[in-house]
Amino acid sequence: MSATVAVVLVLAVGTYAFRLVGPALHGRVELPARVQELLSAGAVVLLVALLATGALTEGGGLAGWARPAGVLTAGALAWRGAPFAVVVLGAAATTAALRALGIT
Amino acid sequence: MRSAQRTPSLFPLDPELLRDVSLVCLAGGIVGVSFGAIAVAGGLPVWVPVVMSLVVYAGSAQFSAVGVLLAGGGPVAAAATGLLLNTRTAAFSLAVAEHIGRGRLARLAGAHLVTDETVAFTLAQHDPARRRAAFWISGLGMFAVWNAGVLVGALAGSALGDTARYGLDAAFPAVLAALVLPALRKDADVRRAALPGAALALAVTPVVPAGVPVLLALAGLVLHGRGRRRSA
Repeated sequence: MSATVAVVLVLAVGTYAFRLVGPALHGRVELPARVQELLSAGAVVLLVALLATGALTEGGGLAGWARPAGVLTAGALAWRGAPFAVVVLGAAATTAALRALGIT
Repeated sequence: MRSAQRTPSLFPLDPELLRDVSLVCLAGGIVGVSFGAIAVAGGLPVWVPVVMSLVVYAGSAQFSAVGVLLAGGGPVAAAATGLLLNTRTAAFSLAVAEHIGRGRLARLAGAHLVTDETVAFTLAQHDPARRRAAFWISGLGMFAVWNAGVLVGALAGSALGDTARYGLDAAFPAVLAALVLPALRKDADVRRAALPGAALALAVTPVVPAGVPVLLALAGLVLHGRGRRRSA
């Protein structure tokens, strides 16, 4: 069981260290405007990559049909400016309905 | 500037934001219940998912680490998998640092609340006050609901069954789509970096460890600002 304690501790300390990078540096290190710009663009790049991999892949392989179809629905709704709740619930409903029909 | 104002300007409570955050909290809470249930059903003691959620607080890393532990992959592999997945939070924390606040306590507490969703909510707002409100409202709300969900799941077991049935695995990419696509649509510079980055992440997913694909997507940043400089 001590191995599990070690996993939790290492994960907690390591993750917190990653998260503290920004708040610890902010106001102490003056970043050039171009770097600031790249940091916010980088966050969006990461989020879009998470969106794409989360929509299409599962455990290194393809995620099947139901989830990509749900996220595609969400993408179309979001692009057309649908309200947030419609986008999110639309995705879940599409995926759930396809699975209920036996399409995974 | 403070206290004399009748309407507190620290946290502009936007009903629309509160509603959107509540929805993501609800979905997160349900996933938390399933995380607690899976960990305990797999044979881990109740405290493991509960304490892990409080001190690690990162959904995908928690699922992966517990998955590796339950599959007998060993503690080193479990920790390494989780840390690799969480490396991106360093970049996220840099991007939202200015919206967290300057006080020591705000920095220390705020850092722990940096997740994919809080960053997406924060950056989807347009002025600094709203960004700050979005960060703290989504951060505190999701932290509370995620941990409550995990506790319930760990104690009550797998009453919810497979959350895939509710399409929740599609809901989280959809949250990101809703929050990020407007920025992508408006900003050609970001689009030029993000789309090739996402394509690269997808292409390498089968051959690299989990967590690495999204980090490699950052290579797309070399294309950021290209068009602008050419036209300037």
